[in-house]
Amino acid sequence: MSDMTADATTAAELPRTKTDWVPLALVPALALLALPFVGEPSTWVTLTVAGLAMGMMIFLMASGLTLVFGLMDIINFGHGVFISLGAYATLLVLGPLAGWAQADSVGLNLALLLLCILVAMAVTGVVGAVFERVIVRPVYGSHLKQILVTMGGLIVAEQAIHAIWGASPIPIPLPETLRGAFVLGDIVMERYRVVAVAVGLTVFVAMQLMLNRTRIGLLIRAGVENPEMVEALGYRIKRLFVSVFVAGSALAGLGGVMWAFYRQTLTAGMGMEVMVLVFIVIIIGGLGSVGGCFVGSILVALVANYVGFLAPKLALISNILVMALVLIWRPQGLFPVARR
Amino acid sequence: MPEPLLQLEAVQTHIGPYHILHGVSFGVQTGSLTMLLGRNGAGKTTTLRTIMGLWRASAGRIRFDGRDITASATPDIARAGIAYVPESMGIFTDLTVRENIVLAARSGPIDSARLDWMLGLFPALRRFWNLPAGNLSGGQKQMLAIARAIAEPRRLLLVDEPTKGLAPVMVRSMIEAFKALKEAGETVLLVEQNFYAASALGDDVLIMDDGRIVHSGRMSDLVADQSLQQRLLGLSLDAHQ
Repeated sequence: MSDMTADATTAAELPRTKTDWVPLALVPALALLALPFVGEPSTWVTLTVAGLAMGMMIFLMASGLTLVFGLMDIINFGHGVFISLGAYATLLVLGPLAGWAQADSVGLNLALLLLCILVAMAVTGVVGAVFERVIVRPVYGSHLKQILVTMGGLIVAEQAIHAIWGASPIPIPLPETLRGAFVLGDIVMERYRVVAVAVGLTVFVAMQLMLNRTRIGLLIRAGVENPEMVEALGYRIKRLFVSVFVAGSALAGLGGVMWAFYRQTLTAGMGMEVMVLVFIVIIIGGLGSVGGCFVGSILVALVANYVGFLAPKLALISNILVMALVLIWRPQGLFPVARR
Repeated sequence: MPEPLLQLEAVQTHIGPYHILHGVSFGVQTGSLTMLLGRNGAGKTTTLRTIMGLWRASAGRIRFDGRDITASATPDIARAGIAYVPESMGIFTDLTVRENIVLAARSGPIDSARLDWMLGLFPALRRFWNLPAGNLSGGQKQMLAIARAIAEPRRLLLVDEPTKGLAPVMVRSMIEAFKALKEAGETVLLVEQNFYAASALGDDVLIMDDGRIVHSGRMSDLVADQSLQQRLLGLSLDAHQ
């Protein structure tokens, strides 16, 4: 490919790709706009970091769904169950390795978190493969059936979680060194939220690299736009569908782990509870757009935090307001995908 | 005469409740450029899509290089060596020109000689190499669609109305490109409404009407026989020049 690129780009004055910076600029613009209203810079930093962390967790939970919707045109209301299942999968690690959570060691605590993430992604990936085969595949092409059947799958899976782990909420401990906060002068940043920002950014960068620098990423992007043509080029799109569904489920599982440690309580319905937010951010971002999902998640979370601080009564509707404003401005979302 | 590379035998296609192809039979010889002509709704696009497996033949048989591909899946048909350029062009507009080509080269990087040949046919693509394909004009998108089809050696190209909606200068460029493909020995089945382009390119001609092949023969014979053109197509070559 390098030969190809070198040979074909020798023209002296190539037109440049136009990057759509406006939606990206919304995030810093919003943060700066909030500063004079919040007043105290230290409070503003705390709110902003908390918002970024919340945004990253929403992104982790939503990114899989936007890929699944974009590529497969599947409205998966059962996505929330993978968030719950990922959260409960932490028990598989926290049970035998409870000592690691209590150890006053950053290395052990982070290793525990990483193990939880890996186990949760493996569990939700496998369950996702079964879910796709048994529940989703028979209803390709029919949105109404997808909504009904995946809702049914969600209810069955939630009851299965009750049957396995019981119906009562289960408290889980945040690893020792992730508790508390970093204090820099007047600025207070919860340690776990900083970790959540790091995990979210890592996943986002990894997804961007995968989508833009690998052949499988090219196929996914092409498949989102025109799956029939991808098949006509000789690629088996159905295998790609399954892989993306499994990856989407595993990402939801990852989000579930981060969300579980944030809440420090497990309930079977915790995934379903965040699905409204998840749908809002994938609509704001542009259905099928990972970058849009990322920006949308941060916008929604920052607005929720600032509004929650400045006008708590408005916090409940702030997400809907953001969605309405974005859709009035860009009806296809911040980064519309061509087919949508 | 050798066995055709592509052979359709009494192929029928239904799309939902509609019966579109009523027993289509024809062959495409290796190295030939065969034109498939006919009025709108005659079944030309359906024929190409049925060959590619995008719509299933409900009866009849499609053989490619001696192998029955009637029930094969679209990716398998493509891997057998058939490239398809749909009427909509099927360009991935969010991908760059380079990415569109890279995706079409399933077996890996394209060798530089083939790339030079391909970009020699469509030099405009070189300028837009790293731009999203959605930025291209209609003619440039058509060039990209055809370049994508020949990114790797294929046994047969199926091309659906490549000159549709193009300015005359682009139509002439497209004709020159197909002439070059012919000289390179490519086998092409080309759906076309533009009789001027068709007559300039075709070795063989098939004419469809109402889901059937109503005429097949040499293009030169059709060009020479205006009464036949009038009867089959309702036009004369002079009117299209």
